Amino acid sequence: MVRGSSVVTGGSGRRNTLPGFGLTMGLTLTWLSVIILIPLAGLFLKTFELSFAEFANIVTSRRTLNALKISFGLAFAAALVNLVMGSIVVWALVRYRFPGRRIFDAIVDIPFALPTAVAGIALTSLFAQKGWLGAPLAELGIKVAFTPLGIFIAMIFIGIPFVVRTVQPVLIDLDPEIEEAAASLGANRWQTIWRVILPSLIPALLTGFALAFARAVGEYGSVIFIAGNLPNVSEIAPLLIVIRLSEFRYADATAIAVVMLVAAFLIILVVNRLQHWAQTRIPVH
Amino acid sequence: MSESAIAFDSGRVVVRSEPWLARVVIIGLTMLFLTVFVVLPLVIVFAQALTHGVVAYLAALAEPEALAAIKLTLAVAAISVGLNLVFGLIAAWAIAKFEFPGKTLLITLIDLPFSVSPVISGLVFVLLFGAQGYFGAWLQSHNIQILFAVPGIALATTFVTFPFVSRALIPLMQEQGTLEEEAAVSLGASGVQTFFRVTLPNIKWGVLYGVLLCNARAMGEFGAVSVVSGHIRGETNTMPLLVEILYNEYQFVPAFAVASLLALLALITLIAKTILERHLDEGRQVRDH
Repeated sequence: MVRGSSVVTGGSGRRNTLPGFGLTMGLTLTWLSVIILIPLAGLFLKTFELSFAEFANIVTSRRTLNALKISFGLAFAAALVNLVMGSIVVWALVRYRFPGRRIFDAIVDIPFALPTAVAGIALTSLFAQKGWLGAPLAELGIKVAFTPLGIFIAMIFIGIPFVVRTVQPVLIDLDPEIEEAAASLGANRWQTIWRVILPSLIPALLTGFALAFARAVGEYGSVIFIAGNLPNVSEIAPLLIVIRLSEFRYADATAIAVVMLVAAFLIILVVNRLQHWAQTRIPVH
Repeated sequence: MSESAIAFDSGRVVVRSEPWLARVVIIGLTMLFLTVFVVLPLVIVFAQALTHGVVAYLAALAEPEALAAIKLTLAVAAISVGLNLVFGLIAAWAIAKFEFPGKTLLITLIDLPFSVSPVISGLVFVLLFGAQGYFGAWLQSHNIQILFAVPGIALATTFVTFPFVSRALIPLMQEQGTLEEEAAVSLGASGVQTFFRVTLPNIKWGVLYGVLLCNARAMGEFGAVSVVSGHIRGETNTMPLLVEILYNEYQFVPAFAVASLLALLALITLIAKTILERHLDEGRQVRDH
């Protein structure tokens, strides 16, 4: 692999000849602290004003627990759907030629680009009882809008690009020779995919899954319109934070936020480990 | 190409392909999934906005409330994108052009806002600047309004869009290395001259790419802004917030009319992104050879 950085770093002392490191690093750290780190630290500091019993009380109250269960549970399920459907989509986009392929490839990014409030009202009118998809589903006895199923649908929508865009470059770069080797050694196509291709995609698949999961857990805009927002049934954790804030129950809002933030940090850690794993296990040639 | 090479190539295709039935099923599922989950939601925005015709659509957009929301959205995006552009360039210079311990940690910290729920991104500023917040009393005694006003909205938006520019630039500048800059400096150019005459021309597509994505998110941000805005009609409602209010009042045509502008922004962003990615790929190929 001949990529710029590794070549240029060759002479180790050379980098220091460029000016501006102290100034730009100082500005970077200052700005990062002002906009991101201090505000986030303020959130954690606020929870220390609570005793542990108070904190535990808030977090284990029925409504909070249910909201967390709904957010984490449905986000996990939606990320699983994205894992499976994302794999299928990425396979079709990379390996096959079919009419509209380029357009389908481009629109995978729509859930990234479309503002969440717009996605929220669009999905709601699509799946409402008289909507284009809601009406036929209602005839089958399936109600989507204003039920937990609606939350699930919105979370699938928001997670689509993650698996596709993390797996796509890996699948494109996959060496065709390993597939040919497997085939020439007598593996059938299914065995080749299952035993040879899939294992080399696993780090990317898991990364995509984790990113989709993290996004869905914290998602607000695209979910609240279609959710119904019934406490204990279809109320997501971010909405409960907003409700507590509007009731001026800052301690409650903060406690729920801290639980979600810690979960988000754990997911970042997992993703970083996965990236590290992916980089070290793929042979460099 | 000799005959044997051709035979080998077609053999390659056969070995690396699935039975036609599997192919049809995979392509069919892909089209169905993306149509239901991506195409239809996009189409329905425009269909709903135009339910009562073009005149009603344009009238909804000409409402003073809609115009105020559009103006505020543009202003907030200009502030946030401007701040993050300057920061992104500075951070990318420090991170990409120099080696130092803790670089990975620093990049992780810059990326942090991507992992934080939008609602929490707003909440942190309520805890800082709200009436009961750390600086609330001080701000009140000095008559400075941050929350439920433009500064709060701009701050929350800046938080949410923080990583976009630096994230677009760091890998690009790392790939380009430091040889050209070192040559400029050794020929007597100052740091600022080197940056504007050597580095910036090399990364211009990357800068545009970062600004594009940053802007799309800034204009479309909902959760964080919703928490800090206070929803004062005609004053602190951005376009996404106005969409919510109109929709909750069952004013569907106006809601979808404003939403259609945001959807249009998303589409234009995607098209521009595709074009920029092509430029970035070309630059990469030139460097690799």
